[in-house]
Amino acid sequence: MKMRRIYVNEKWCLGCHLCEYNCAFSNSAETDMVKALKDVHINPRIRIEEEGNIHFAVSCRHCEEPLCVKGCIMGALSIEDGVIMIDQDKCVGCCTCILMCPYGAIMPSDTGVMQKCELCVKNAGGTPACVESCPNRAIVFEER
Amino acid sequence: MKYVIIGNSAAAIGCIEGIRQQDKNGEITVIAGEPHHTYSRPAISYLLCGKTTEERMKYRPDDFYQKMNCTVMLGRNVTRIEPEEKWLFLEDGTAVEYDKLLIATGSRPFVPGIEGLEGVKEQYTFMSLDDAMALDEALGSGGRVLIMGAGLIGLKCAEGIARKAGSIDVVDLADRILPSILDAEAARPVQEHIEKQGIQFHLGDGVQKFKGNTAVLSSGKEIGFDILVVAVGVRPNVELAREAGIEVRKGIVTDERCGTSLPDIYAAGDCTESYDITTGEHKPLALLPNAYMQGECAGFNMAGSSKTYDRAIPMNAIGFFDLHMITAGSYDGECFIRKNGGDYKMLVSKDGVLKGFILIGDVARAGIYTSLIREQTPLETVDYELIKEKPQLMAFSRTERAKKLGGAAV
Repeated sequence: MKMRRIYVNEKWCLGCHLCEYNCAFSNSAETDMVKALKDVHINPRIRIEEEGNIHFAVSCRHCEEPLCVKGCIMGALSIEDGVIMIDQDKCVGCCTCILMCPYGAIMPSDTGVMQKCELCVKNAGGTPACVESCPNRAIVFEER
Repeated sequence: MKYVIIGNSAAAIGCIEGIRQQDKNGEITVIAGEPHHTYSRPAISYLLCGKTTEERMKYRPDDFYQKMNCTVMLGRNVTRIEPEEKWLFLEDGTAVEYDKLLIATGSRPFVPGIEGLEGVKEQYTFMSLDDAMALDEALGSGGRVLIMGAGLIGLKCAEGIARKAGSIDVVDLADRILPSILDAEAARPVQEHIEKQGIQFHLGDGVQKFKGNTAVLSSGKEIGFDILVVAVGVRPNVELAREAGIEVRKGIVTDERCGTSLPDIYAAGDCTESYDITTGEHKPLALLPNAYMQGECAGFNMAGSSKTYDRAIPMNAIGFFDLHMITAGSYDGECFIRKNGGDYKMLVSKDGVLKGFILIGDVARAGIYTSLIREQTPLETVDYELIKEKPQLMAFSRTERAKKLGGAAV
């Protein structure tokens, strides 16, 4: 499906982790970034990998053939207009999606059920907060 | 086009979704013996321990069949398929015609013949929603439970009823728990973890006979119980297919398009054999993701498109009392083992590819390992040392990462 997705260009990634903080803030119920993040162990849906001078962010690819959706034992993962969404009410935290995802882009939330990038379509942001906050355009939201 | 699907679980739902990606208008009829809206079979243990409800464990929303424009005939059993005429019969004599048929009849619990078993009044299996409800009712607020089988089903059952049961004893012929997914070393700490919940194991031992509500084990040990759960394994439901003249070994034989040996008849899920790419063996892989993907593949092909499913591997994500484990593939090859506190990791490589893994405790990003197995990625093309450390995309080449994260391969 032709749609905008999040793409990463590791050449431009500074490893500043702003995407992680903004992801965590955007998906928190807080309106104040300080309250959302200060002294909190953040659990963002986008994660930086780093080794030496290589850094890059990894988040859900919103695959056209999403193995997580096909494998979900509860039917908690679904595709809505191309976006892979998780119904945390249905999720029992069995981790089958972690077993399935080739990118390692789905992980437990603080409550034990799974969480994943939903392109900020359901949170206050509306557009992906990681993209908005990336100072070097290493993360972009584009149709390719 | 008239599509008929026998079954209403993961493979059947995969098939419906596969067909509807190709054909919005063909008639789809779903026939299943169970009277329920499609539900998650593995969820029954979560239902018993209160982590889900009958409502939330529905595998698809209430309006699914309507949205997918399916006719559903639930609580109806197919008794015969006549491939020459392309119709099938239900037990009340109703004939249903098809152009393309999917057999997704699943599997059923295997109940071994044991002396005195027929005299055990409170005996249950643990496969369906009705099984779970019956067991729950029998338990009421307690009772001594004996579970035969320390495999995935037996232990999920144990977890499901742990709070309610007065006591739980688990017997298995194997010398370790979860023998289908764990090796002896990995099984030990998991067993200890489960024992801490008050569950008692009797391993390398089997029930020789029942004397009323007492099980006499081969070792001579006697275990009294109020409720027996038989969870020693499952058998594919292949009778319908076999009687129709379809080739059957342990399960229904299918090709990589999920077609059977007869034209216009497809099969998917627990009733079939899969080709395990890690061992080169054909065998039933009774796993929900496998069932869904086979069903979806069959659906595409039934609707005239072309799709293959040729990446089957054994794989399981399971947890007991908050201890998670993820396993995949087979364990014959060179092993890399790392233990770290309560975490356990084993990676198995052979012929230059990853063949299998076991992760206990820390299961983060396990799918990166799974994909190495599924794609049979030559390990020389990745940094295996980094991969051993933890599953990470850093271990792939820059070019490969650009594909994965930069959209070249979306």
